Amino acid sequence: MRIGVFICHCGENIGRTVDCPSVASACANFSGVVHAEDYKYMCSDPGQNLIKQAIKEKNLDAVVVGSCSPHMHEKTFRKACSDAGINPFLVEMANLREHCSWIHDDVPSATRKAIDLVRMLVEKVKFNEPLIPIRVPVTKRALVIGGGISGIQASLDIANAGYEVVLVEKEPSIGGHMSQLSETFPTLDCSQCILTPRMVEVYQHPRIKLVSYSEVENVEGFIGNFSVTIRKKARSVKDELCTGCGLCVQKCPIKKVALSDFDEGLATRPAMYVPFPQAVPNIPVIDRSVCTYFKTGKCQLCKKVCGREAIDFEQQDQLIKEDVGAIIVATGYKLYTIDKKPDESMIKGYGEYGYGKFKDVVDGLQFERIASASGPTSGEMLRPSDKTTPKKIVFIQCVGSRDESKGFSYCSKICCMYTAKHAMLYKHKVHDGEAYVFYMDIRAGGKNYDEFVRRAIEEDGVKYIRGRVSKIYEENGKLIVKGEDTLAGVRVEIDADMVVLATAMIAQNDSVKLAQTLSVSYDKYGFFNESHPKLKPVETSTGGIFLAGACNAPRDIPDSVSMASAAAAKALVLFGSDVLEREPVVAKVNEATCAGCFYCQKVCAYNAIEQKEIKDRQGNVIKVVAYVNSGLCQGCGTCNATCPSKSVELLGFKDDQIYAQINSFAEVF
Amino acid sequence: MENEKFEPKIVAFVCNWCTYTGADLAGTSRLKQQTNARLIRVPCTGRIDPVFIIKAFEKGADGVLVSGCHPNDCHYNTGNFHARRRWIFFRQLLDFVGIDSSRLYFSWVSASEGKKWVDVVDGVINSVREKGPFNGYKKLNKEIEIPVK
Repeated sequence: MRIGVFICHCGENIGRTVDCPSVASACANFSGVVHAEDYKYMCSDPGQNLIKQAIKEKNLDAVVVGSCSPHMHEKTFRKACSDAGINPFLVEMANLREHCSWIHDDVPSATRKAIDLVRMLVEKVKFNEPLIPIRVPVTKRALVIGGGISGIQASLDIANAGYEVVLVEKEPSIGGHMSQLSETFPTLDCSQCILTPRMVEVYQHPRIKLVSYSEVENVEGFIGNFSVTIRKKARSVKDELCTGCGLCVQKCPIKKVALSDFDEGLATRPAMYVPFPQAVPNIPVIDRSVCTYFKTGKCQLCKKVCGREAIDFEQQDQLIKEDVGAIIVATGYKLYTIDKKPDESMIKGYGEYGYGKFKDVVDGLQFERIASASGPTSGEMLRPSDKTTPKKIVFIQCVGSRDESKGFSYCSKICCMYTAKHAMLYKHKVHDGEAYVFYMDIRAGGKNYDEFVRRAIEEDGVKYIRGRVSKIYEENGKLIVKGEDTLAGVRVEIDADMVVLATAMIAQNDSVKLAQTLSVSYDKYGFFNESHPKLKPVETSTGGIFLAGACNAPRDIPDSVSMASAAAAKALVLFGSDVLEREPVVAKVNEATCAGCFYCQKVCAYNAIEQKEIKDRQGNVIKVVAYVNSGLCQGCGTCNATCPSKSVELLGFKDDQIYAQINSFAEVF
Repeated sequence: MENEKFEPKIVAFVCNWCTYTGADLAGTSRLKQQTNARLIRVPCTGRIDPVFIIKAFEKGADGVLVSGCHPNDCHYNTGNFHARRRWIFFRQLLDFVGIDSSRLYFSWVSASEGKKWVDVVDGVINSVREKGPFNGYKKLNKEIEIPVK
């Protein structure tokens, strides 16, 4: 075999700690290596041409590139080599940057390690075989999980491009958190006014199948060919019959039985309810935990008044299957709750701020509901405890965010802006009121954002105090807010009527479970990980699954919308071709040695292993062996490690290839 | 040779999706670590044949590290569970064949745990450095009269 070794300096990234020329000259002495050289930027055009030229001149038949992580540039170098006539699977990459130069300081030992890393892959590549990509058809339908603004945008984009979309929403209505907002920054336009037309567009779109009050139960398959099981929760209302007249909701005698989620617990709702008047679909749900019929077997008033006979008390959860080619995850966020509701996550909370204890300490979304025209106070600025207008209001930023002791070291990004908005909304409604904002830093990056905060301070007279609040307590009907002004270096005490906490945006409770269902990775906070923080911000590590909005990280509406359109574009790129090429890293059975024990079948997570009969010329079955369906095989190699006779091998990671690496790891050291 | 400072040789078998990517993250975050580990990338810990580990000891490794996705987070759904079951039996066999099983380390390191990866790698290296060089295999070869190369 004629192997070429190419060592990249990556500018100074590798060259600074690894002596690249001496790595190249050491590699030149390895058996089988006929060409070795180093270059400043191997991935650049001239760098790639260098490889192509060497392949032709030296008649190379395998290549090892010592550069960055294969996750970064494996495709680049495989493509370059395949352009020069080498099968792309005869190219291996030694990770000299992420796994060597960036993590070590000592040049001699880093250089020794680099030589070892390259040698191990030179030995491996000797056992590589040419492989041909597997071609699989693409199902040109998309699944969008989550019907907030991100999910709505992604669904509309894909549907308008001509492909079918299945939009799954967990709540009875789409709209997400945006539908709860009163006004939006930095324009102060009404949130519902810009959102509800889009919700209706989704509902009326001929190519969007809206599955509300449902959750994704299971996902099988792979890019271009996912099979999704959706659990449609029992609404107790037949959605195909219901016209949304609302008579049942009016007649439901159990009026104020539960706190409204939509109003963030500031208002009540009946047992039969639609979350909000503009809900899409406008189909009510029976809350079985509080409905009289489900508790006592009597009532059925809703059933009696329904002219369409749409009420179905016996309705069960339904499992529906959908085949899709791409999945967009847009499950959004939730607010860091302190002790409003029992929280499963281990959040210690801010007991010192008295949230949950004092009625007039509310969180950001609750303030949105108070300020909203569709909210419990019809937009009048009234505090929850005694429904009077607060004359002094305090906003506290970074409650949860940027606080390591509460487990969240990140900035929630939107709170500076929404607090400025809240303060402005307050001042616009209560002209003689005083608004104070406690902040750590003002982070108002974005078009017209900083101007917006300045407007709050300069035009609306909101008083910004740089410092943290240490304690809030009640005295004579007032909330005494104790804090410090770090710029003036004095202690501050404000007797406020109401306090609004800008609580952190955190991942949804069930985000980890969904990540595991989808096989996508997530960070320590439960947000889904993008494939690359800069170059692949909407892709996940699993092909065909894309991210949109705040399920990836705290994000405001404009960013979520652009990310949703980006995710839709990625799905459309996938739908642009009829067949997809998949890496041929799949298992293959040696039928001559397979004993037919089928241990491999038992360990395969993808049902990719079938039984195949081997017949003689007369058609008599002489033995039954394993057979790998390469369309289903995902290439984990568990079968390979399990097979007692080593008859099934994972192409690209065969035993020979791995033993070659083990055998060669310790020659220099 | 005897007077030279002992530098342990560590072979780490890591899965492509979690630990390899976590190690990449450690690199991107410039988290410094010792140079003794040599990573072998496999798609999944489920791919790791126990014999790989014996082979690594035979070829001179002083310690072997196996690291993959956390339970339930496996890119291939169940590969790491199969791996875990295998190790439970395999660990006992290691001692039986004369290899000190405390030189075999396991960890779960996810793609977002760059810092944890550094702690794991440095922890393994330091622990093996304390144990000293592994000569078990050479001794074993002598006992069954296989000439040591």
